[in-house]
Amino acid sequence: MPFVNWLKRNLVVLAGLLTLSYLLLPNVVVTVFSFNKPKGRFNYEWQQFSLDAWKDPCGVSGLCGSLSLSLQIAVWATLGATLLGTLIAFALVRYRFRARGAVNSLIFLPMAMPEVVMAASLLTLFLNMGAQLGFWTILIAHIMFCLSFVVTAVKARVMSMDPKLEEAARDLYAGPFQTFVRVTLPIAAPGIAAGALLAFALSFDDFIITNFNAGSTVTFPMFVWGSAQRGTPVQINVIGTTMFVVAVLFVLVSMVAGNRRNRQKA
Amino acid sequence: MPTLTEAPPPLAPGAPESKPPKRRGRFTPYWLLLPGILWLVVFFALPMIYQASTSVQTGSLEQGYKVTWHFATYWDALSAYWPQFVRSVLYAGTATILCLLLGYPLAYLIAFRAGRWKNLIMILVIAPFFTSFLIRTLAWKTILADGGPVVGAFNTLHVLDVTNWLGMTAGDRVLATPLAVVCGLTYNFLPFMILPLYTSLERIDGRLHEAAGDLYARPWTTFRKVTFPLSMPGVVSGTLLTFIPAAGDYVNADLLGSTDTRMVGNVIQTQFLRVLDYPTAAALSFILMAAILLMVTLYIRRSGTEDLV
Repeated sequence: MPFVNWLKRNLVVLAGLLTLSYLLLPNVVVTVFSFNKPKGRFNYEWQQFSLDAWKDPCGVSGLCGSLSLSLQIAVWATLGATLLGTLIAFALVRYRFRARGAVNSLIFLPMAMPEVVMAASLLTLFLNMGAQLGFWTILIAHIMFCLSFVVTAVKARVMSMDPKLEEAARDLYAGPFQTFVRVTLPIAAPGIAAGALLAFALSFDDFIITNFNAGSTVTFPMFVWGSAQRGTPVQINVIGTTMFVVAVLFVLVSMVAGNRRNRQKA
Repeated sequence: MPTLTEAPPPLAPGAPESKPPKRRGRFTPYWLLLPGILWLVVFFALPMIYQASTSVQTGSLEQGYKVTWHFATYWDALSAYWPQFVRSVLYAGTATILCLLLGYPLAYLIAFRAGRWKNLIMILVIAPFFTSFLIRTLAWKTILADGGPVVGAFNTLHVLDVTNWLGMTAGDRVLATPLAVVCGLTYNFLPFMILPLYTSLERIDGRLHEAAGDLYARPWTTFRKVTFPLSMPGVVSGTLLTFIPAAGDYVNADLLGSTDTRMVGNVIQTQFLRVLDYPTAAALSFILMAAILLMVTLYIRRSGTEDLV
């Protein structure tokens, strides 16, 4: 029974591939339905092939505005969270200080808290302070919840760093600043990049916390949410497909570039 | 780019933390910590206190709210919304178990069997993150549509009979039932299970498998006695990373469910943003937070790992 044996040996592979297809199925549907020409207001049923939405991706009022707002917020939130998070990560790995436990739990808790709890409590703060909900409250919230993820990513990288490299730099008469810029920072860079990438993705895609603290400002996820109640334009699928393709290409290109760099070193 | 795949799971328990060396500059660490920690204190910790205070206030939107230590709000909220709490735990629990069952083979595949396809599969696991999860969740409306291929297949295979009996579906529909919500939750949080599982499987020394084989362990015994116990850190952080966001989620219940599948997140959202009953909403949110923290603490105690960050 060669087939049964083959099946036994590769059962885990088959199960894994099934899970992978479960993960990717919605992306396939999103892509296919970006070429749809729906009859009603909702784009859930296949009607006929059409390129209309691809020719006019901004054809729905408010869509591209919300997209550019989301991108702006994501860029600023990434910058803010990466800067603050990297500083914390270095302090945690490189220094001894009091209240270490308290700092660790303050970083861990936002990741262990359901988003809706953070969203609701932050809204009570803003309401109590009488803050105007909008761009700034969204940005504040995004930096807050991205921070912990940046700290974790950077910390992992800095922890695995060989401290002897920095000692060597010092022995070769590099000042503290020079050592940091020429040795420490380049080695920590992949961790910082990973943290920044994660922050960008988290901020760009955030809905729950944004929905509570945005007031009448509409980010891209909020636009999609609103359209799920009023009617989903095909353009949403066009943007979803583009985002997926750009992300895959970006990762592929940077991986190929990384491989080439590694080969050159070797 | 060795970035996302290399980063360990945010909650990697059991990672030994070596004592950092002592440095000159006594105040340097505090200056480094100050901005970020201040941010977290003001916009994360302080809001929790405001929320606690809001939950014991009484009053109305027009006349303003005052702290009156009105703890009855908690009791009222619980007695009015306990079904939603139970549902949240049930749905999130089911989704977590499904994530573990679905995610483990894929993580195992990436760690041990993928060969040169490893990076590509890894990218395919992470890439959906970059398409808005709301768009992807809406796609499930198409996939699970009434009379669609999935529902048809379920009908032919008598899956629907089983789920009807379990109360997960009703009649010939999958959409707007608990099954659809659980399916959406499982889908949305699956990568959070796969990544930590993969990280802990990846660390396992391949020679241990050979050793088990040399000692006449069958593949299944090797898995049960060697691989699975060694992947426990990944299982613990994966289940936490799946259960916590799933328990507070209201997007899947709203988009894929009906009024009968409302979870506690839906109630908090409606009370806060539509009904504007802030004390009740704050009390519900506080109960959810306390319940989750309690569960997480107990779970971590039982699984025997103390180090979290």
